[in-house]
Amino acid sequence: MIPCTFDYVRAGSAAEAISLVGQHGDEAKLLAGGHSLLPLMKLRLAQPSVLVDVGRLTELRYIRESGDHVAIGALTRHTDLEHSPVLTQHAPLLALAAAHVGDPQVRHRGTIGGSLAHADPASDLPAATLALGATYVAQGPHGTREIPASEFFQGYLTTVLAADEMLIEIRVPTMQGAGFSFQKFTRRAQDWGIVGVAAWVRGTQSGVALFNMASTPVLATDVSEALAGGASAADAAQLAATQAEPPNDLSASPEYRTHLAKVLTQRALLEAGAR
Amino acid sequence: MLVQMSVNGRHHEHEVEPRTLLVHHLREAIGLTGTNVGCDTSSCGACTVHVDGDSVKSCTILAVQADGSVVTTIEGLATVAADGSTVMHPMQRAFMQCHGLQCGYCTPGMVMAATSLLAEHPHPTEADIRSGLEGNLCRCTGYHNIVKAVMTCAAETGGAA
Repeated sequence: MIPCTFDYVRAGSAAEAISLVGQHGDEAKLLAGGHSLLPLMKLRLAQPSVLVDVGRLTELRYIRESGDHVAIGALTRHTDLEHSPVLTQHAPLLALAAAHVGDPQVRHRGTIGGSLAHADPASDLPAATLALGATYVAQGPHGTREIPASEFFQGYLTTVLAADEMLIEIRVPTMQGAGFSFQKFTRRAQDWGIVGVAAWVRGTQSGVALFNMASTPVLATDVSEALAGGASAADAAQLAATQAEPPNDLSASPEYRTHLAKVLTQRALLEAGAR
Repeated sequence: MLVQMSVNGRHHEHEVEPRTLLVHHLREAIGLTGTNVGCDTSSCGACTVHVDGDSVKSCTILAVQADGSVVTTIEGLATVAADGSTVMHPMQRAFMQCHGLQCGYCTPGMVMAATSLLAEHPHPTEADIRSGLEGNLCRCTGYHNIVKAVMTCAAETGGAA
């Protein structure tokens, strides 16, 4: 399978990339690791006429402690997240989630910014960063803006990013010793999760996000509110799917997904509580 | 677009159409057909090569993305001894010894993924190997001997493979 023809331009900076996609509008796509975009182009489900390659912008590949959060450059690869001592110390849920993305070869290429901007509701990192209350920083022609993860995802493969904006940084609040868990139910090792849960718990506070339970990742605030009100993990987990609209596909029915969401959320809360 | 890369220690320069995938570039322009195209959807890992030291699926990278990179394919693992004979890489030897292949189609990708795995985890457990090779499928289902081969190689080389 070979993609349709396109023009390839390599951007020397984020500003240049933004200017290039601005010139070409909807016809252009940013290319980072390419592990979401290229498979779509090979199937010809995506046919951009211009690819603006930002994969060499190494200045956007970093993981830094920055006061109350960890700042992550948008072009940081999954493998870098997985093995980052800074993340392991300050936001271990994200390192754990990154280790669940695809397989080692995919993690050597795919980037956090690419994964978030692609916004596949079955992806691991959108849910993990949503659970953690991350803020995404987007750069456009007129400067940067901060977007809370909870406002970023608009629908299937759709975000609030304008065509001439690109993610440059992801800010993840430090977990301050919170317990955490990442549960992903797959049919085969490297598959997308049929349902997944990213969760952290610290005292009465918690964050729980589900993936592949709607057209966007879902923040299960009902679960967190129940926990804050003193509910047990088992009782709170019963509310896992109240805010979801689980899809129906070859892998699972909505009913089965709802069942999985409750079971996986209970496992996640119990593990997070014990970790 | 002009694309240059070092493949198995040799410099190559070709005019490349942007949509050319690295695996086709390696097989068709450079003539190294050891890297197989399997599923062509970045699932099976048959096309695994190393780009700048990392295992990657060459069916999901454009050749233009690998411009300026150092690429190693299965043909680049063996070395030539002083007497001109071919010396197999320890991982290749381990696959032979442990019968880590049946039909052989997944083998180039398996070996490349395994050498990358040992570079990152020099002393892997069996579980590390099984999860480290999750991106490579063997349709003969010969996983048991493949895992044995990687264990054997890790033990023989002290993880230096």
